[in-house]
Amino acid sequence: MSTESLRIVWIYPDLLSTYGDRGNALILARRARQRGMPVEVLEVRSDERLPATADIYLVGGGEDGPQALGAQRLIADGGLHRAVAQGSVVFGVCAGYQLLGTSFFAKGVQCRGLELLDLQSDRGPSRAVGELAGEIDPRLGLPALTGFENHGGRTHLGPEVSPLARITAGVGNDGNTEGAWRGKLLGTYSHGPALARNPALADLLLRWATGAHQLPPLDDTWSDRLRNERRSAVAAARA
Amino acid sequence: MPLRAKVASSVSRTAAALSRAAGRGDGSVIGGWIGLKIDPDLLAHLSAGRAIALVSGTNGKTTTTRLSAAAVGVLGRVATNSFGANMPTGHTSALAKAGSTPYAVLEVDEHYLAQVLEATEPHVVALLNLSRDQLDRAKEVAMMAQLWRAALVRHTNVRVVANADDPMVVWAATPPADPDRGINPPHVTWFSAGQRWHDDSWVCPECGSTIQRSGDQWWCTGCPLRRPEPHWVVEDEGVLDPTGAWHKVSLQLPGKVNLGNAATALAVAAEFGVRPVDAVSRLGIVTSVAGRYAQVDKDGRNIRLLLAKNPASWLEAFDMADEAPTLLSINARDPDGLDTSWLFDVDFAPLRGRQVLITGDRAYDLAVRLDVNDVPFQHVRTFEDAIRSVPPGRLEVIANYTAFQDIRAELDRVN
Repeated sequence: MSTESLRIVWIYPDLLSTYGDRGNALILARRARQRGMPVEVLEVRSDERLPATADIYLVGGGEDGPQALGAQRLIADGGLHRAVAQGSVVFGVCAGYQLLGTSFFAKGVQCRGLELLDLQSDRGPSRAVGELAGEIDPRLGLPALTGFENHGGRTHLGPEVSPLARITAGVGNDGNTEGAWRGKLLGTYSHGPALARNPALADLLLRWATGAHQLPPLDDTWSDRLRNERRSAVAAARA
Repeated sequence: MPLRAKVASSVSRTAAALSRAAGRGDGSVIGGWIGLKIDPDLLAHLSAGRAIALVSGTNGKTTTTRLSAAAVGVLGRVATNSFGANMPTGHTSALAKAGSTPYAVLEVDEHYLAQVLEATEPHVVALLNLSRDQLDRAKEVAMMAQLWRAALVRHTNVRVVANADDPMVVWAATPPADPDRGINPPHVTWFSAGQRWHDDSWVCPECGSTIQRSGDQWWCTGCPLRRPEPHWVVEDEGVLDPTGAWHKVSLQLPGKVNLGNAATALAVAAEFGVRPVDAVSRLGIVTSVAGRYAQVDKDGRNIRLLLAKNPASWLEAFDMADEAPTLLSINARDPDGLDTSWLFDVDFAPLRGRQVLITGDRAYDLAVRLDVNDVPFQHVRTFEDAIRSVPPGRLEVIANYTAFQDIRAELDRVN
């Protein structure tokens, strides 16, 4: 960790927070505090400088206009690139995932991304809306991914990144894979408060940030019930 | 009215009556659906000769429509879609059922405003607010504001009553003049109803710059868009009218949000020439609206129903609810939107210290949210279990759309 407390930055809540994205900051902070870690959550608006010394950066979802504007400002600011160079963790969701790549489409125009992940996004034939599920890359040692997706993009991964998951329900990147990761950077189409349904993924980000090999377990009764219920709902919809 | 429209209108009324008699619903949609099949212009035909007000926005439109109809009622009979059936089928049903009336006040789903403006050629349109709602399906907020603005450009004779506190509404209500095409901006009367929810208006819809706020005021840091001076303002337990006269408003509906709705209703009625002093007492006759705010006594519990469909309306519901045991019920069926992510846009902290029960199809999504929010709760499987779990006295029920309808059905479709 960079300082005595874990610093979490929520990037541009004024632009990139359309779908309960605040949830990811709340969940990470709570799970860290429950392990006795002091936590500081900074909400950095798009007219403010991004601190380069935080441990975890969260980039949320947004409409086309705010997504394009957010990417421009992040490129101009440079803070996120410096943070990544120093080993910080980045978690991107939906529009925030796309803009970590080399390019994406917003309002019909190709926009330059942050080039932090080797991937590019374009428009799919239809909007992907509904439950999303997948088996996560075994190297990450996590249980299945579950989420809700709502996006019009399709994402093509380059050789420098690995898919986060193999799709079992929904569309994700292209109907086969979902999300991407490299080093301590991870992105997903599981939108909004993605960590609410995936507490183990939240703990992975905390482990990356702290260097801890494992964290004391927490009572995840309600997330477990939610995960089971969503898994059943996806299975029932398919039957 | 053309013969085809007369036949369509008559068949529409019959179908609605049959639907109610068969216990299949309020009859507020089916009649209009059949009528529009026979005469696609039926809504326009039924609107002709009436002075009409439309009420649209994300939240408060059913209640504001009911209050506005009560206020306009000073002048004569008012047709209205008071069951919340707010698409053209519902408007057609309501007008057909009401027969000939000099006035109509219609609640309009925000997605249909352009279409209904076209069909009904209203005298007044009231624009309440725009915030995130059912994002898996609905248009995003900025896009909705753009649709409203484009529709108003085509109807510059309509008088607009709009919320000065919502930047998205202000922008939508003030399309630029186009003298070359003979288009002048519509006449706007501004009201201030206060607004708790700000998270959908940090970015200027005109220029993309940041919107700043201080107290009641807001302004864009990059262009001239800013809060207009309101003509109607909520103050204490009443409303200031444009002449500066203050009118005490005694409502049977709870919360500051309903005082704002009352101010809007008085402003709408004033556009028809109703003096606020004449209208204000009529607002107090409105008790509940399609079950919203209804109170039912059952097994020694006084159950009050509050509908909350999206983050902005949850904040208002917490403000209205008493410090009493509270049941929260969440579904995510089609009418609710399939996505529950918005739960994390709501801060449930005001419920700390109250006995909180949760139920509904998506109670587990709510459970995770409350857990993260440090709000203790108990999960119950049925409404009956909820009643048994609280002591005699007030039970506040806050539910989203279909969850609300489920509970209303258990209470014999209370209105």
